[in-house]
Amino acid sequence: MTAVAADAWYRVPWPVRRVVVPAIAVALIVLYPKYVADLPTQFPEMSTAVAMCVFIVMALGLNVVVGYAGLLDLGYVAFYAAGAYIAGWFATLQFAPHVVQLWPVTVPSTLPGVHVNVWILMLLVGAAFAALLGIIIGLPTLRLRGDYLAIVTLGFGEIIPQAVNNGDNWFGHNVTNGPNGLTPIDQLGFGTTLHNTFSFLPANYRQEFDVNNYYYWTGLFLIAITLFCCIRLRDSRLGRAWVAIREDEIAAAAMGIPLMRTKTLAYAIGAFFGGMAGCFFAIYKSSTFPQDFTLNISIFVLCMVILGGMGNVWGVMLGGAVLAYLNYQGLNSIGKTFNDTFGTSVSVPTYSFGIFGAVIVIMMLVRPQGLIPSKRRRAEFAAAEEGLDVGRAVMEE
Amino acid sequence: MTATTRTRGPVLAVAPTIKKQANRIASGILLAGLALVLLENLIKAPGQFVSVVLLGITIGAIYALVALGYTLVYGIIELINFAHGDVFMWGSMVSATVAAHWMGLDGSQAWYVTVPLVAVVLFAAMAFCGAMNVTIERFAYRPLRNAPKLAPLITAVGMSFILQDLALAIYSPREQSADGIFPTNVLFDIGGIPYRAKSLLVVLITIPVLAALVYLVRSTRQGKAMRAVAQDNDAARMMGIDVDRTIGFTFLLAGALAGAGGMLFVMFQTSTRYDLGFQLGLFAFTAAVLGGIGNLTGAAIGAMSIGLIQAFNEGLQYHVPGSNWTQSVIFAILILVLVFRPQGILGEPESDRA
Repeated sequence: MTAVAADAWYRVPWPVRRVVVPAIAVALIVLYPKYVADLPTQFPEMSTAVAMCVFIVMALGLNVVVGYAGLLDLGYVAFYAAGAYIAGWFATLQFAPHVVQLWPVTVPSTLPGVHVNVWILMLLVGAAFAALLGIIIGLPTLRLRGDYLAIVTLGFGEIIPQAVNNGDNWFGHNVTNGPNGLTPIDQLGFGTTLHNTFSFLPANYRQEFDVNNYYYWTGLFLIAITLFCCIRLRDSRLGRAWVAIREDEIAAAAMGIPLMRTKTLAYAIGAFFGGMAGCFFAIYKSSTFPQDFTLNISIFVLCMVILGGMGNVWGVMLGGAVLAYLNYQGLNSIGKTFNDTFGTSVSVPTYSFGIFGAVIVIMMLVRPQGLIPSKRRRAEFAAAEEGLDVGRAVMEE
Repeated sequence: MTATTRTRGPVLAVAPTIKKQANRIASGILLAGLALVLLENLIKAPGQFVSVVLLGITIGAIYALVALGYTLVYGIIELINFAHGDVFMWGSMVSATVAAHWMGLDGSQAWYVTVPLVAVVLFAAMAFCGAMNVTIERFAYRPLRNAPKLAPLITAVGMSFILQDLALAIYSPREQSADGIFPTNVLFDIGGIPYRAKSLLVVLITIPVLAALVYLVRSTRQGKAMRAVAQDNDAARMMGIDVDRTIGFTFLLAGALAGAGGMLFVMFQTSTRYDLGFQLGLFAFTAAVLGGIGNLTGAAIGAMSIGLIQAFNEGLQYHVPGSNWTQSVIFAILILVLVFRPQGILGEPESDRA
C-alpha cells in the first residue's frame, strides 16, 4: 500500500513535490495557532502542540543515537533531565541570595539567584551540558555492544533521576531541591529593547495573552534547527561513518573509522538535542521535578523513533508528533468518545502506557520497520524476509 | 604518517597490560573499601549485621528465581526479556488471589491444611506464569525471530507495559495483600531482630527448585536440546532438534521460575502491587549480568550478591547510602561490572560481548 502511495508521490512533477507541497505544509504548521480555534476539539490544543514540539526534538536527537549509529540508548531521559536542571539552576532563585545576572532578558535586575539569558541557556548551555554528560557516560560504556550498552544506559537513566531526587542533601548541600523541584524558571522573551524596536517580538512570553503560541513558534524553531542538523549530519562523512558502524562494526574499524570517537560523537550530538528539549520544556512549564524524568520517558521517546521508522527524520517526526499527541491529549479525547459511545466510564489515560505497549507490539508484528522507514532499513527488512544479502538488497533499492 | 604509526606500535602493545593492572587496582580498592565498611558494621552492631545478612539471603533467593529466567531466555535467544519482571508480578498477584481470596488462607489454619494448600498455590502460580510466558513468546517474540535484534527487545518493553496495565485494570492500583500465610513464628532472635520461619521457608523452597532446574538443564535430553539451541540455532535444527519447541520450553521454565519467585515474594512481603515487577525485574537482570549472563550458577550467585547488597545498603547503620539510594547503588554496580568485567563473575570472556 505504501509502495503504491510512494509511486504516486514520485510521479508528481518535482516543482510541486519539492516546492509547492512543502511550502503549503510549512505554512499550515506555522499558522496553526491562527486557525486552531476553528478546528474540532480533537485537534491538538496549543499546550499539546508545544509538548509535541519538545518530543519531536527529543525523538530527532535520539534518532541520531539509535537510528543513525545503531546504539540502543534506554537512558535518554538523563540528557533531558540535564537540560531541564540547567534551566533550573541558572534561571531561578535556587542560588539566592547570591545575585548573578548574565544578560538576562525577562527578569528585573534586582532579582536574587542566578539568571543567565534564557536563550543562551537553552540553545547553548543546557544542550552543551547534556552533550558533556553524554561524553562522560559514553566514554567508559561505548566499548560495550548492543544489549549491554542498552542496559548500561538504562542504569544511568535510573541513577540520574534518583540522584536528582535525593539532591536536596548531597553531603549536606541542597543542590536540586529534591522532590520539591525547582520553580519558577525565568521565561523566554526578547527583552524590552528588542520589543521596542520590533513590536512583534514579545518582551516576555508569559506576559502575552497567547503565551502558548509564542512557545509553539519557538518550539518549531528548535525543530527546524534540529532537523537541519540531522539532515546535514546524515549526509556528512560522520553520518556515513555512523551507518557503517551500525551495519558492521568490525568492517567499519577496518576501513579506518575511529570507533570510539565516532560513537561518542553520536552520543554527544543526540544528548545535545535532548538537553535543548529538556531546557525548553522546563522553561515552558516554569518548573522541573525529579518525577518528570522516569524510565518511561526514555522508552516513550524510543517508541517514537521506532514507530516512525528509525533513521528517517520524517518518520521520526511523525512518530514523535503522534505519540506525544496521544499522550497529552489524544487518549483523553478518545477515551471520552469511547465512554460516550458505549456508556462506560473507563479512565483511558490511566492505561496510557498499556495502550502504548499494545501499539508497540502490534506495530512490531505488523510493520517492524516503522511508519516511514528509511530506504536502507526498508531494504534490510526486505532482505531479512527473503533471506537475501543485505548489501545487495541495499544496492538494488 | 608512518613515523607516528611506528611510535604508536609499542605503546599500543603495552597499553592493555597497564590497563589491566589499573582495572585490577581500581576494583581492589573498591572491594577493600566495601570490606572495611562491612567490618565496621560487624564490629559496632554484630546482631544487626547478622540479621541483615539473613534478610539479604532471603531477598537474594527470590531474585535468584527471577534472574534465572532472564539468564535462560538470554542464553537461548539473546533477548533481554523486559516483560519477565511483570510475569513475576503476575505470579505474585495470582498467588495472593488464590491463597487469600479463593482458599481463604490467613495463617489461622492448622499446618497440615496450610502446607498442601501452599504447595497448590505455588504450583498454580508456576503453571500460570509458565503458560503466560509461553503465550507471550508464541505471539509476540516468535514472529520476530529473524527480524533485527531491536525489534523483539522493543516488543518485550511493550509487553511489559501491557502486562502492567492489565494487572492495573484487574487488580486496581491498591496493594494486594496475602497476610500471614507463611508461619511468622520467631525461630531465633539476633540482637533484638527476630528471624522468622517464613524467611527460612523462602530459602528452603528456593533451593530444591534451583536444584531441579540445574538437573534439568545439565542432565536431561530436553536440557541438552536447550544447550544446543543456545549454542547454535541452525546447527541444532540440522541435528533434528525442534528449535521452536525448545525455545517455548525455555520460556515455560523461565515463567514457572518467575511464578515461584512471585509466590515466595508475596508470601514473604505479604503484599504486592501492579507496578513492582519492572523495578524488581531490572534488579534481577542486574543479578544475572553480575553472575555472567547465560550462566545458571552465576545467576544464582549474582542474585545472592544483589540481595545482600540491597540488604546492606538498607539495613546497616554506618557509612551506607541508605534506602534512598538502593536503585543507584545497584545500577552503579551493574555499570561497573559491565565496564570492567563484562563477562560477569563466572562468565567466560567472549569477544562478541565486550
